[in-house]
Amino acid sequence: MSPLKSGSHLLEVGELARVEGEGAMRVVVLDGEVTLVELRITEPPRYFEGFLRGRAWTETPDLTSRICGICPVAYQLTAVQAIEDACAVALPDELRRLRRLLYCGEWIESHALHIYLLHAPDFLGYDGAIEMAADHRGLVERGLRLKKAGNAILTTIGGRAIHPVNARVGGFHQLPTPADLRRLRPDLERGRDDALATVALVGGFDFPDFEQPHEYLCLRGPDGYPLESGSVVTSSGGAFAVQEFTEHVHEEHVARSHALHSRLDGDTVYAVGPLARYTLCSGQLSPLALEAAREAGLGAVCRNPFRSIVVRAVELVYAFDEALRLIDSWQGAPVAAVPVRPRFGEGHGATEAPRGLLYHRYRIDTDGTVLDARIIPPTAQNQASIEADLRAFVQPRLHLSHAELTHDCEQAIRNYDPCISCATHFLDLRLDTR
Amino acid sequence: MTQTPTAPSPDAPAGTGRPSFAVWKFASCDGCQLTLLNCEDELLAVAGAIRITHFPEATRAHDDGPYDVSLVEGSVSTPEDVDRIHRVRAVSRKLIAIGACATSGGIQALRNYTSLDRLSPLVYAHPEYVASLERSTPVSAHVTVDFELRGCPIDAGQLVEVIAAFLQGRRPRVPRYSVCAECKRRGLTCLMVAHGTPCLGPATQAGCGAVCPGTRRGCYGCFGPQDAVNTAPLAERLVALGMDRRDVARAFRTYNAGAEPFRRESLRQEEATPR
Repeated sequence: MSPLKSGSHLLEVGELARVEGEGAMRVVVLDGEVTLVELRITEPPRYFEGFLRGRAWTETPDLTSRICGICPVAYQLTAVQAIEDACAVALPDELRRLRRLLYCGEWIESHALHIYLLHAPDFLGYDGAIEMAADHRGLVERGLRLKKAGNAILTTIGGRAIHPVNARVGGFHQLPTPADLRRLRPDLERGRDDALATVALVGGFDFPDFEQPHEYLCLRGPDGYPLESGSVVTSSGGAFAVQEFTEHVHEEHVARSHALHSRLDGDTVYAVGPLARYTLCSGQLSPLALEAAREAGLGAVCRNPFRSIVVRAVELVYAFDEALRLIDSWQGAPVAAVPVRPRFGEGHGATEAPRGLLYHRYRIDTDGTVLDARIIPPTAQNQASIEADLRAFVQPRLHLSHAELTHDCEQAIRNYDPCISCATHFLDLRLDTR
Repeated sequence: MTQTPTAPSPDAPAGTGRPSFAVWKFASCDGCQLTLLNCEDELLAVAGAIRITHFPEATRAHDDGPYDVSLVEGSVSTPEDVDRIHRVRAVSRKLIAIGACATSGGIQALRNYTSLDRLSPLVYAHPEYVASLERSTPVSAHVTVDFELRGCPIDAGQLVEVIAAFLQGRRPRVPRYSVCAECKRRGLTCLMVAHGTPCLGPATQAGCGAVCPGTRRGCYGCFGPQDAVNTAPLAERLVALGMDRRDVARAFRTYNAGAEPFRRESLRQEEATPR
């Protein structure tokens, strides 16, 4: 196919592959200049915030987990946090640590899925992991082994890997025994070695020389690298409580997307996810994860979205380290759940889903009936930065063939591990040259 | 709502050797497709026995079909979906609906109890930008479905069994009895009898392995109604255990809110709720 530089073109990807959910991309080039980049989220709307009204406060974790099969724990733990905030209940340390361990399982499963099955094929030149397995069976097997170790945590604590059933408002339905958790150790120790090998592998990939100035936003707290708790910090020095989230983040509904676009404090394009967490909180990584990051060539700040796969691998090392630490310190808890009484009011919750900060807010009635719900998923927040990346990325690459450019743009989108199922409220690439 | 499906061509080429599989997504959370990728021990073996010719979540590779087997995740909820499910049927020799969305309309069928005019403004500043059908419906409401695999999410073991059965040209061995039988097999104490814990197990199709009772929590019905379901006595038992009718109605109205027996019971309880 001829290069796109001369004349006017339309680059279109009608169905983005290896992303979770449905989306499309459209780039308009007018006389050799990129004039428009649109990420279109075409995933059918499912109206969660609408039908949550009138449901019981205790139903929010399981109902909202159905927004996303890749990160159900993120939804469950953000929902329970928001409800507990509304009811002014604080959890004992043991139960908070068990939630953190459950979340480690989801990070491992999701990051391993994205690194090995969705993103690595871009760097190694394959259509997908199955095709990649023909030449690199050992690599794909390692990815699957990593995924399985994460799923084992989810299954042990949560009962099953997808839409686990054990988390509830106030804690858990049932506590695992120390012996249940210790049985996970051998697979997690091997997983940590596999994760270190993963950092070495992806650190050696070829990355385009491409840096972006986005504002970064994530949670930060006293309990370690951001996962299930913390308050909000930004790369320009902003800091605010989760309760103030919507005072700083504004959502906008644009015609091309079933996902609302987010802006920070006025009109600032910002990004959430691994790069934000690493840049703002790398000091909280475990020594092993930090050492792996340094060996893979990551500095204190990472501004190249293509290197997100390296950060994801570093976070994988951390998640194994953290899971092992939490298991070793687990001695059970006095109760599986603390009593929570509903009361009229508003509650806020935020956690770090694998692809970035997820925010929930609920208003509930005196009997616990949900009066109003608001959910801001990470991919919705990242839409503007993905579009900004594409705009900056496409212009100097217009000499490429349509097929090459399409492939590179898809890769630029996959840098964000976009979860379109979550955001709908995602992807096809169309390059429109006129 | 049922429409005449576009018949697959009887001599649709099976390809030479390995049968071709396609995976399609409609309105859903992606969890049921992910179940396929979660078969970590079987994935490469399964992928070796079949040709995956359309599976956008996993690969860019694609051929236009026809396909020997299509796995369909998600419910039909937009005008475009209706056209697309007919196209999928037309290029598929066998069509298997996977998960609660594809088999009952999913959690998004909660909209069927209200109106989009009421719901859409609660989510979108510009409802006019959003093209959506008034109701979320299962695949079977639109085209002939060769097999329905239940669950929210589906069970990985059952999925492998269904794929194996289609490869071997036999009927999948998937139980149609209730979750109670799975509790008995696991030797779990009945939560409802022993502890008075409300449980939808007696009305819910087996397949999950009694995951909730195994976690000392009552079943919440994510596999949908079992074949010979009788919801009314169960509902009355739940009321006797102290649930108010509004909560019983909610319990039947979740991930399989569009499944007829659960829909009917939720309406009955709603009508009986004192206002």
